[in-house]
Amino acid sequence: MANATEEARPDLANDDIGEEARLALWRSQLEIRHVEQRAHDLFLQNLVKGTVHLSLGQEAVAAGFAVAMEEGDYTFCTYRGHAHTLARGASMSGVLGELMGRECGLLNGKGGSMHLTSVEHGAMGSYAIIGAHLPIAMGAAWSAQYRGTSQVSVCFFGDGTTNIGAFHEALNMAQVWKLPVIFVCENNLYMEYTPIGDVTAVEHPAADRAQAYGMDSIIVDGNDADAVYRVARAAYEKARSGGGPSLIEAKTYRQCGHSRADPGAYRPDEEVAEWLARDPIPAYRRRLLDFGFAETAVDGIETEVLAAVDAATDVARSSPPPPREILETEVYADGGAAWRN
Amino acid sequence: MAELTCREAVAAAIAQEMRRDPSVVFLGEDIGAAGGVFKTTVGLFEEFGPDRVRDTPISEQAIVGAAMGAAMTGLRPIAELMFSDFFAVCWDLVANEIAKSRYMTNGQVSFPLVIRSANGGGARFGAQHSQAIENWAMMIPGLKVVAPSNPADIVGLLAASIRDPDPVVFFEQKSLYGTKGAVPDGEHVDTLGTAKVVREGSDATIVALAAMVPRAAEAADRLAEEGISCKVIDVRTLVPLDTQTILSAVSETGRLFTVEENPRLCGWGAEISSIASEECFYDLDGPIVRITTPHIPLPSADNLEDLALPSVERIAETVRVNMG
Ligand SMILES: Cc1ncc(C[n+]2csc(CCOP(=O)(O)OP(=O)(O)O)c2C)c(N)n1
Ligand SMILES: [Mg+2]
Repeated sequence: MANATEEARPDLANDDIGEEARLALWRSQLEIRHVEQRAHDLFLQNLVKGTVHLSLGQEAVAAGFAVAMEEGDYTFCTYRGHAHTLARGASMSGVLGELMGRECGLLNGKGGSMHLTSVEHGAMGSYAIIGAHLPIAMGAAWSAQYRGTSQVSVCFFGDGTTNIGAFHEALNMAQVWKLPVIFVCENNLYMEYTPIGDVTAVEHPAADRAQAYGMDSIIVDGNDADAVYRVARAAYEKARSGGGPSLIEAKTYRQCGHSRADPGAYRPDEEVAEWLARDPIPAYRRRLLDFGFAETAVDGIETEVLAAVDAATDVARSSPPPPREILETEVYADGGAAWRN
Repeated sequence: MAELTCREAVAAAIAQEMRRDPSVVFLGEDIGAAGGVFKTTVGLFEEFGPDRVRDTPISEQAIVGAAMGAAMTGLRPIAELMFSDFFAVCWDLVANEIAKSRYMTNGQVSFPLVIRSANGGGARFGAQHSQAIENWAMMIPGLKVVAPSNPADIVGLLAASIRDPDPVVFFEQKSLYGTKGAVPDGEHVDTLGTAKVVREGSDATIVALAAMVPRAAEAADRLAEEGISCKVIDVRTLVPLDTQTILSAVSETGRLFTVEENPRLCGWGAEISSIASEECFYDLDGPIVRITTPHIPLPSADNLEDLALPSVERIAETVRVNMG
């Protein structure tokens, strides 16, 4: 079992990740963190309706995989998908606008928080029925294989998702067909409110199932962007060279409740404190400083990101609600909703 | 014109489309070397090979999900579900994902795919292998729904479904698989959303689908001998629905009967009946009458299944009594 928890190696000259990727990982994590916090604030102001499922504390998983990705690759994620959609480069105003039900939203207000999609960025959808997108991501990988491209399909889901049938169907078929797909389980220790250990027959909900589908058991520290990046890079390499699918379990923790309705009171205080101490963002900042990046440059990126989040918030707040004319459009490919003549 | 059975027509349509478009791929259980459990895919594996005709594990969610993922990234997949009853194990993919994702993303993704399946009763398979579920699919916005009644329509409508930019659920009535009919030579492509008048008549309109079409036509023959002249319409596609053809027939004849294989509640005939009563009420000379399977799971024994499904006798008798 590869346990890929990494020690910082403060030697930029011999660094296998490199300056550019490290800064990209830093920026991506910050973008996710600050957009998520803004989404939370806007929810409290009643400007975001419905629900939101934040990835606060899980940013390193999204950043690590996205930075290691190539442009044509496909991302499939869940209702907890703001992070993955942003990490592929979708605009902050598009994300916040969608959460607020505005015309500028990525889906013009038709999808909402749980369905963020930006096909032009390779973000192929956020799926809100547990397990559904594993077979879909597998199908996109089948398509890439059939078309002879080097595209890889990456599918993110939670620990709870490993107990639904579609997970097992997708893993089996992906391996039988040797498809270029990477299944990434973000194990944040809880399904909705129930600890995953209480409802799962094995200790590691994804990694312990890998063997059943002819895959390696891979566990990575999901709060360490570098570790995630390295594991991701190896899995892309394998997928692109015809080596087939991978299943990766990233151990992480959501610093908030499951959704906006949930204060997360079922979690022991010590557990929350322990994971807050392992917050991926201050840890990455320390690592960059250890590597000799200038503090002003490192913190300057955060200042830039905060300004971008403010600007995006303004764009979203001043965007009108979607025009009523779109209510009955895009049900069918002719752009309309007509089911009769 | 070649004489084909319905099962041969399925393979002919798929072959026709796979020859012209390399993005058409086909997946399902036992469809490859085995030629399909209903022998509807014989010869495809040999002609197109294992990359385009892919045998799958017994994983309906993976089959339909794979078709969706492939369709949204440039392919035109055809997925086979062995029996339409099995839609129930992958209904999330069909009803929540494939049907809704275009709308939810305001048009960012397209799903040019076909899910074809053996549907309906008459084969004594019992309640879990005999259901007529066209109405399940019809009620979901975003799906198109096709259910042909003869070999020529199978070729033409299946080809049209494969070329269509939207997801199409294509029902093949399994008791018709052995039925023969003439199929036009050369490439044959029909049009979705068009019903067909299969028998002219002036006293009443009988609207039927799939296996109920030949039964309705035979009932109309018997009624003609008694002096009741019935127009019979094969709906062919439930979505899009050719209401023009149906409503103009209703207005002309003044009476409407629907013949549905599904259990009574929320069958497609209820929708047609509601449209007709809203839009041509004043042309009607009497109540609209629905002829359906009772609201029961289908039994297996010959006599019970025959009693349940609308028969030629029941159709003729219902029309006779109501026209009397
Ligand atoms: C099929 C299905 N069952 C239940 C739910 C309700 N639900 C939404 S999120 C969730 C928990 C999922 O847990 P996990 O996979 O660990 O993801 P996480 O939310 O922790 O990211 C549940 C039960 C659902 N959306 N779909
Ligand atoms: Mg979880």
